[in-house]
Amino acid sequence: MDFLRPTTWEEALAAKADRPEAVPIQGGTDVMVELNFDVRRPAALLDLGQVAELRAWGMVGGFCRVGAGVPYTTIIEELGGPLPGLAQASRTVGSPQIRNRGSVGGNLGAASPAGDSHPPLLAADAVVEVESRDRGVRMVPATAFYLGVKRSALEPDELIRAVHVRPATGPQYFSKVGTRNAMVIAVCSFAIALHPGERRVGTGLGSAAPTPRRAYEAEELLARELDWQAPLDPALLRRFGELCAAAAAPIDDVRGTAAYRVHAIGVMARRTLTWAWNDHLGRRAA
Amino acid sequence: MTETASTTTTAGQGVGESARRPDAVLKVTGEFAYASDLWLDGMVWGVTLRSPHPSAWIRSIDVGPALKIDGVLAVLTHEDVPGVKFFGLDRRDQPVLAIDQVRYQGEPVALVAADHPETARRAAAAIVVDYEVRAAVTDPRQATDVVRHQPVRRGDTFEAEVVVTGEYEVGMQDQAFLGPESGLAVPAEDGGVDLYIATQWLHVDRDQLAPCLGLPHDKVRLTLSGVGGAFGAREDLSMQVHACMLALRLNRPVKIVYGREESFFGHVHRHPALMRYEHGATRDGRLVYVKADILLDGGAYCSSSPAVVGNAASLGVGPYEVPNVRVDATGVYTNNPPCGAMRGFGAVQACYAYESQMDRLAEACGLSPVEIRVRNAVSQGSRLITGQLIDAPAPLAGMLRDLESMPLPEGPPATDLRALPGGVSQTTRGEAVRRGVGYGVGIKNICFSEGFDDYSTARVRAELVGGEPHVTVHTAAAEVGQGLVTLQAQIARTELGIANVTVATADTAVGSAGSSSASRQSYVTGGAVRAACEAVRKRFDGLPAREALERFGPIEETREYRHRPTYPMDPVTGQGDSHTQLALCVHRAVVDVDVELGLVKVVELAAVQDVGRVLNPQALEGQIHGGSAQGLGLALMEEIQVRDGLVLNPSFTDYLIPTILDMPPMQTKILENPDPAAPYGLRGAGEPPTLSSTPAIAAAVRAATGLRLTRVPIRPEDIALFNNGEVSDGKRT
Amino acid sequence: MRVNGAAESLDVEPWVSLLDALRDRLGVTGPKKGCDQGACGACTVLADGVRINACLALAVQYDGKEITTIEGLATGDDLHPLQAAFIRHDGLQCGYCTPGQICSAVAMLAEHRAGMPSAVTERSGELDEAEIRERMSGNLCRCGAYNGIVDAIKDVAGQEAR
Repeated sequence: MDFLRPTTWEEALAAKADRPEAVPIQGGTDVMVELNFDVRRPAALLDLGQVAELRAWGMVGGFCRVGAGVPYTTIIEELGGPLPGLAQASRTVGSPQIRNRGSVGGNLGAASPAGDSHPPLLAADAVVEVESRDRGVRMVPATAFYLGVKRSALEPDELIRAVHVRPATGPQYFSKVGTRNAMVIAVCSFAIALHPGERRVGTGLGSAAPTPRRAYEAEELLARELDWQAPLDPALLRRFGELCAAAAAPIDDVRGTAAYRVHAIGVMARRTLTWAWNDHLGRRAA
Repeated sequence: MTETASTTTTAGQGVGESARRPDAVLKVTGEFAYASDLWLDGMVWGVTLRSPHPSAWIRSIDVGPALKIDGVLAVLTHEDVPGVKFFGLDRRDQPVLAIDQVRYQGEPVALVAADHPETARRAAAAIVVDYEVRAAVTDPRQATDVVRHQPVRRGDTFEAEVVVTGEYEVGMQDQAFLGPESGLAVPAEDGGVDLYIATQWLHVDRDQLAPCLGLPHDKVRLTLSGVGGAFGAREDLSMQVHACMLALRLNRPVKIVYGREESFFGHVHRHPALMRYEHGATRDGRLVYVKADILLDGGAYCSSSPAVVGNAASLGVGPYEVPNVRVDATGVYTNNPPCGAMRGFGAVQACYAYESQMDRLAEACGLSPVEIRVRNAVSQGSRLITGQLIDAPAPLAGMLRDLESMPLPEGPPATDLRALPGGVSQTTRGEAVRRGVGYGVGIKNICFSEGFDDYSTARVRAELVGGEPHVTVHTAAAEVGQGLVTLQAQIARTELGIANVTVATADTAVGSAGSSSASRQSYVTGGAVRAACEAVRKRFDGLPAREALERFGPIEETREYRHRPTYPMDPVTGQGDSHTQLALCVHRAVVDVDVELGLVKVVELAAVQDVGRVLNPQALEGQIHGGSAQGLGLALMEEIQVRDGLVLNPSFTDYLIPTILDMPPMQTKILENPDPAAPYGLRGAGEPPTLSSTPAIAAAVRAATGLRLTRVPIRPEDIALFNNGEVSDGKRT
Repeated sequence: MRVNGAAESLDVEPWVSLLDALRDRLGVTGPKKGCDQGACGACTVLADGVRINACLALAVQYDGKEITTIEGLATGDDLHPLQAAFIRHDGLQCGYCTPGQICSAVAMLAEHRAGMPSAVTERSGELDEAEIRERMSGNLCRCGAYNGIVDAIKDVAGQEAR
């Protein structure tokens, strides 16, 4: 096995172009488990830990551009204001130790339906910046990024460079069900983001289908019927919960049953919308 | 190589004080050598190939491809077992390596030794085993092969004014110690072998090992290495024979270390149980009769199932006076993972069921959970359903009153996510959170029962070292974290008045200490150490220690200690004085439940336990907390999920044990009503809290949800889907 | 790589974890292997002062870095205050999780001192019991010595505060 250790982004792209079979590794949360358990022994490992720019974030063109290697701890510390949904999700990833190394880029690379950062990225219309040496940059909307269980739109010669997320213009919430009170992989999760300027609400479902996904019909319902000045109509809230639940297509597995996941998505959808709506009205009143 | 438990301490702390663990400094500095830390130059690595099928014939095994791999030193199958090809704690029914068939997923089939663990793993994967898969028996209700059926019969009145019935289920719990199985076997010049091993019972390991290796006992020497938790899972053999076989074959040291996944296949688990109970009582809540059918799935091999069945039967109605009883406890063979010892040993499953029944009876009689238990509580002078007289203090009613009078924690938090069910995963900010309070009572036999010759051996040597009196205590008793080395030193200090005590590393150079299980070591090894100290003291001839040792030189005495004899249960009626000591613990649990999502936060556990005599307050507190935590795990999250004989979750990401955020603060009250038959009046303490915390938590969740919840662990869907009107195992009250 | 202050040079295959390198190559066996997948915390070490799971890190990624394990916390015979507090409050039984617990607690206290928020951003204030539990949630203890662990950390945090 070869160990490739670029120190610049250009070197990293070149390495990936020359060795498309190389497995990128950053925080190690997913890749190391596969190595430790002999699940795979790739021909080459591409360590992105030396590429300093991947661990930086900044504002670019009105978007918050978060480098693929920014650890969850940094997101929690520094991005709770502009990206509250992602910051809340970051708090629930693994353990403090994992949050010190793990990153959104790694979560995207693994593309596990249970990854915690996916739902808030979907709800906030995030765009994934991927790049290859030979074909340049592609801006892939999160909605188009997840293709299947642990499969993404990333081409073999591409690397994830950053995610672009517009700073929140309204309340955002993330909620995750696990069977104990810490250090747990999601049974299922849900994210919501209010976009008051566009009179629109974004959603994201985790661990509830082969890929993370949005609940489009639920979003459309709110776009159609939500009165942004008024208290939340309980009937509308209930229908929103039902449509979010209906968007789930989960399986039975060791972490929970499909029926429970569908139910829990509905509950989390109602609760997070309620919290967001209270914030929204409170914010408007203030 | 073996910097482990052999430790000296000069702290002058005797029996009854919170003496420091003599191994604590090694443990907090990382110097303590666990079995997995052992290293010898020239050692090689052993790996086990295991069956992927729960039930299959083996048509052939081709080790050729493995042998071709560079670095592979040996590949062994059952044909290479030098002696007897079977082992087992109770019955020798388990093959060292599979012979012509496999009976559970994970059964060892072949061994590989190589110069590197990864080479060994690749070689094991290269072995070609031709399996002919056959039907597996995985439903214990369909099983016809009975390990043991133990009835208990008493009285003949099975009618009552108030009758409650219930069916209950307990999932398969794992001990999940953090330090996976490990051992290092070193061939000796005399043709024997030295094994450094993390185990609970050195001598019974040797009793099984020596015949399999075809060696006399004195050529199989075991030394305890650091043990990373046990909880029953190290009572059976895991890799002991395998490592020794490879070491003897290669004439090189061989180390075997299991990973977490292999550990789930490498040891026995707690028996899952299906139970049906019927309780009859008078209108004012006095028990008239109990009928119980307890079915325990023993899995593919016997292990300690017979004794587990015995406990389930004799303790099957709990610490209550019941004049009429029909209990049938049955253990069966299936093709599921083998089950055996785990903290609480046969008393845990029944406790969940009979305590659930007591709550239902309380409701039927219009009594509080505490009152129904008080009205039926045993006390000194009561008889167990086996007819055995409780001849030591058993102040259960008072314990329950004490527990009830402990202050309750404050109400559910308004918004602090950290304190709400689901925590910072933010599933609720207070919505649908209901508080519940529940009680649980448990009774556990201490020490081995049913006529077992249960003893321990201690060798105590007093001498002058650098002019100062010094004591060395040597036993074969396994320190597994419970603090036994601390206690041995405390006893020596108290009995001999000498502060400097070394507890020698446990090994087979001294007589058996029996198992570190059944909450028995304080009692039995404690008793042996005290007896040996008394014998040494007698030889002081009334002189102070220093003078005596100056005059007589080193003094050494070895003593065996036995508790009062026990007797078998009658095979038809279950009657008999089968236990030597009984211990009680009562728990109150306070929980907050998100009734819509089914998530639970245990807010507080409170416990009252009668330990006879406190030997080390701090260590005792630790045992109560630890037992309570494992009971909490069984109540809410811990289950090895087995489908069609296959384990679905052999990992710490999917077999969940409580984190620091799941374990609540505890209030404890310790009672000291001495047992006159036991050393210092002590009563074993490690297991009882494991029993009572599970039903207390289940009862609290029921109180919060209004659901019957007849199965542990309680899964979120058992609560949430029921409230949602969808299918679930939870039945409506 | 510097391990507990000493320069160590070793040649490892790229797939070898930091944990295996420490334990099997350097004989630094304080960090324990409990799960090999970041789910128990027994292998917690400090990398340039940051707590990480050594099982989820490649050794080669830590070329040139300073690794501190449980063996590196005491000064001669003087235990680190947290080591002493774990003994005083009996925050251990079998001890297998203890090296990871203590390393984690050392970094946790430093994180708190640096004003790093825990799970709840708006609270980086008092290190009370609830906050200690929140910040120590990455280390399992099967013996259930959690309450002793909380007491030990609270004790040391209190000393620091005074």
